[in-house]
Amino acid sequence: MSRRADEERPPMGIVVCFGLASLAAAGFATTYVLGLGNVWYGGTFGGALMFLAIGLGLWSKRIDSASPEFVEQRDLGPTPEPQFEKFMGALTSQPVPRSRVLWSMLGFAGGTLGLAALFPLRSLFPQMGVNPQRSLESRVYKRGQAIVTEDGTGVKPDDLEYGGVLTVFPEGFNITEAAGATLLVRIDPADLHLPANRTNWTVDGVVAYSKLCTHAGCPVGLYSDESRQLLCPCHHSIFDAADGGKPVEGPASHPLPMLPLATDENGFLIARGGFDRPVGAAWWGWPDGREKP
Amino acid sequence: MSGDTGQKQSRIARALVRKPLRKADQRLGFAGMGREALGKVFPDHWSFMLGEIALYCFIILVATGIFLAMFFDPSSSDTTYIGSDPALHGQEVSSAFASTVSLSWDVRGGLLMRQVHHWAANIFICAIVLHLCRIFFTGMFRKPRELNWTIGVTLLVLAIFNSFAGYSLPDDLLSGTGLHIFYSVFEAVPIVGPWLTYFVFGAGFPGPHIIPRLYALHIFLVPALLAALIGAHMLVLIRQKHSHFAGPGRSDANVVGSRMWPAYALRSLSLLCAVGAVCFFMGGFAQINPIWTWGEFKSYSIISPSVADWYIAWIEGGLRLMPPLEIHFWGMTVPNQFWPSILLPGLTFGLLYAWPWIDRRLTGDRGTHHVAAAPTSSPRRFVVGVVVITFFSVLLVASGEEAIVMWTGVPVGTIRVTLRVVALALPFVTGFIAWRVARGRLPAMGVVEEEMEESTTRELHESPIWLSAKARKQQVEPAGGAEEIEAEQVAEP
Ligand code: FES
Repeated sequence: MSRRADEERPPMGIVVCFGLASLAAAGFATTYVLGLGNVWYGGTFGGALMFLAIGLGLWSKRIDSASPEFVEQRDLGPTPEPQFEKFMGALTSQPVPRSRVLWSMLGFAGGTLGLAALFPLRSLFPQMGVNPQRSLESRVYKRGQAIVTEDGTGVKPDDLEYGGVLTVFPEGFNITEAAGATLLVRIDPADLHLPANRTNWTVDGVVAYSKLCTHAGCPVGLYSDESRQLLCPCHHSIFDAADGGKPVEGPASHPLPMLPLATDENGFLIARGGFDRPVGAAWWGWPDGREKP
Repeated sequence: MSGDTGQKQSRIARALVRKPLRKADQRLGFAGMGREALGKVFPDHWSFMLGEIALYCFIILVATGIFLAMFFDPSSSDTTYIGSDPALHGQEVSSAFASTVSLSWDVRGGLLMRQVHHWAANIFICAIVLHLCRIFFTGMFRKPRELNWTIGVTLLVLAIFNSFAGYSLPDDLLSGTGLHIFYSVFEAVPIVGPWLTYFVFGAGFPGPHIIPRLYALHIFLVPALLAALIGAHMLVLIRQKHSHFAGPGRSDANVVGSRMWPAYALRSLSLLCAVGAVCFFMGGFAQINPIWTWGEFKSYSIISPSVADWYIAWIEGGLRLMPPLEIHFWGMTVPNQFWPSILLPGLTFGLLYAWPWIDRRLTGDRGTHHVAAAPTSSPRRFVVGVVVITFFSVLLVASGEEAIVMWTGVPVGTIRVTLRVVALALPFVTGFIAWRVARGRLPAMGVVEEEMEESTTRELHESPIWLSAKARKQQVEPAGGAEEIEAEQVAEP
C-alpha cells in the first residue's frame, strides 16, 4: 500500500492550501480590525474558504484513488407480508374501548379546535367595516377637491410648461398611499384629441391621469413629449396622454383613469369629480370603466 | 490507517479519537449505527452534488441572516437616518430602509453579510432548479421517490417565496415596486382577490403592515418549514439510499460509489467551503441590490429600468409578453395579469407536483427504479422537459428586455412582438429537435427499455429486491467482496 509513503512525506499541495487558508483567515481578522472595507473582508474570507476547498478536494482525491468503488446493498422494499401483518397486529391487537364513538368525538373536537384556532387570522384583515372590493373601487377624488403637490401646495395650469409633467395628490390625502398618485401633463391644446365627452376635462391643455399603471399598478414614470406617450417601466405599457390615456402598446388593457379638471376662483386646479374608473390593476369584480363615466 | 501506522501517531489518535468515542458509546451505544452511517455509499457523479450546494447555501443563508436580523428594523414608520451615507444623512426615511442602509454602511462587515445573503439566495434557488432538472431528466422522481419529489418541489416554492419576501424587506424603491406588482397579482386571484389582498396587506397598498408580516414569515415560519422539509428530504434519502447512474455492477438493488467516511465527507466538506468561497467572493467583490442608489420606496416614484431577481423574473417576463387581453363576461373581468402571474405559476407548480403521476401515465412505467435513466430513454419526458425549459428561458430573456434595447437600439415594442413569437414558436422547434434526438438514439436505447420492462415484470412476479438480495450480491462485481473484508477490518479495533 502506498499510504505509508504518504504519511512520511505529506503531499505538498494540500499542506500549502491549508497554510494559505490559515493565512487568509488571519488576513480576514486583520482587515476587519483595521476596517479596510467590504472588498477586503470578502476577498480574505472567501480566499480562506477557497483554499480550504481546494485542499480538502485534493485530499479527498487521494483517498478516492486508493480505494475500490464501494457497493452497498439496498434493502428497501415492502416489508414481507407476515412482518407487515405483525405491524398491523400491533396497531389493532389491543382493543380501544368504545373506539367508534370516541374516535369520532375526538376527531370532532380536534376539528373544532382547529377551526377555532383559525379565527385570530381575522385580525390580519383591516378593522371591521372595510370592504376591500369597495375600497379598490374608490375614485379617490371628491368633487371640488383641490389638487396639490407632494409638499401640499396648490397647482395652477401655468406652473407646467407645455410638455411638462407633475406628480400631484388630492389635498389632505396620505401620500404614502399609492392610490392618490396623479399625473398632470400639459399638452398644447391643438395636439389634444380627447374623446368627445371629455373635451371639457382639461384646463389650458392640462390633463390629469392616475399615475398607477392599469396593468399591475407600477407608477407610470416616463413621459415622452415628442409622442405624448406615458411609459410604464415595469412591463413597458405605453399610454397616449393626448387621447384619454388609451393603452397603445404592451400588456395594459384599459386606459389610465382620467380625472376631470377645473379651476377654483383663485385659478388653482381642482377635481370636478373622481377618476372615471378605479385606479391600478383590474380584478375579477372590477367594474368596467366604460359604463360609469 | 489500517493499523500499521507509526506508534506515536496511533497513541495520539487513541487519546483524541478512540477514548472519547468509546466513552460516548458506553453511554449511547451508537457504534453499530455509526458504522453504518460512516459506510453509507454516495454515488461518484458531480450531478449528485447539486442538492448539496443548495443545502450549503441554506446554511450560509441562516448564518448571515441571523447577523442581519440583529440590525434590521422591520418597520415602515418614519425615522431620521443618521449615518455615513452622505446622500441620505439626516433624511426622513422608513425605519426598514434606514436600518438596511446603516447595517450596510455603519455596521462593520454588515455590507458583506448582506451581499453574501443576497447572492447565496440567488445561488440557492439556482442549485435547487438544476437539482430538479437532474432528477427530472433522469426519471428519479419515479417510484419510490415520489414523496421526495413532492418535498423537493415544496422546497422550491418556499425558497422562491422567501427570497421574494427578503428582497422586499428593505423598503427600497425597486423592491417596493415589485411589491406593488405582487399586490396587483393578488388582486387577480379569481373572485376572492380583493379579500385575499387585504388579508395579506391588511390595508390598501402599501399600508403599514406588510413589512412586519413579510419579516415574520421570512425569518420564522418559512425558514422553519425549509429546515423541517430539508430534514425530511434527507431522511427519505437515507432510507431509500441514493440512486445512481447505470454502469457495470450497478443495479436497482445496490448503490455504488464512495463511502461517507472518509472520501465523501472530505469531498462534501470541500464543496461546502467552495460554495462559501463563491458566496463570500461575490459578496465582497460584486455589488448586489445597492438600495441607496434606488432610494426609499415612495409609491408614486419609480426607477427605470425596473428588473426583478431572476427567480421571480420568469413571471415578470410573462407579464411583459402577455398581449393586452382583458376578458369581460357576466359582469366579471378576467384581469390581464391573471394569465402570466396566477395561471402560469399555478400550472407550473401544479404540473411539477403532479409530474410523477403524469409520467406514469405517459410512459406506462410503474416499476421501482434506483438506476437513473438516460435523459432520452423516455422521448416524451425528454421533449416535455426541453419544451418547458425553452419557454421559461424566453420568459427570462423577456424580463431583461431593457438590456436588448440597450445593445441593439431596437424599440421595445419590436422586441416584445419578436419575443412573443419566439416564446410560442421556439418550444416547438426545440421540442421537435429533442424528439428527433431521443428517437434517433432509440435503437441504442432499446436495450435499456427492454431491461426496464423486464425489471417491471420481475416485480409483478413478486420477486422483490429484498428477497433476492443474496442472489443479487453474487452478480455484483468482486469489489463488493473486497469491500466487505475491509469493512470488517475497520470495525475491529
Ligand atoms: S405595471 Fe405598468 S406595464 Fe405592468
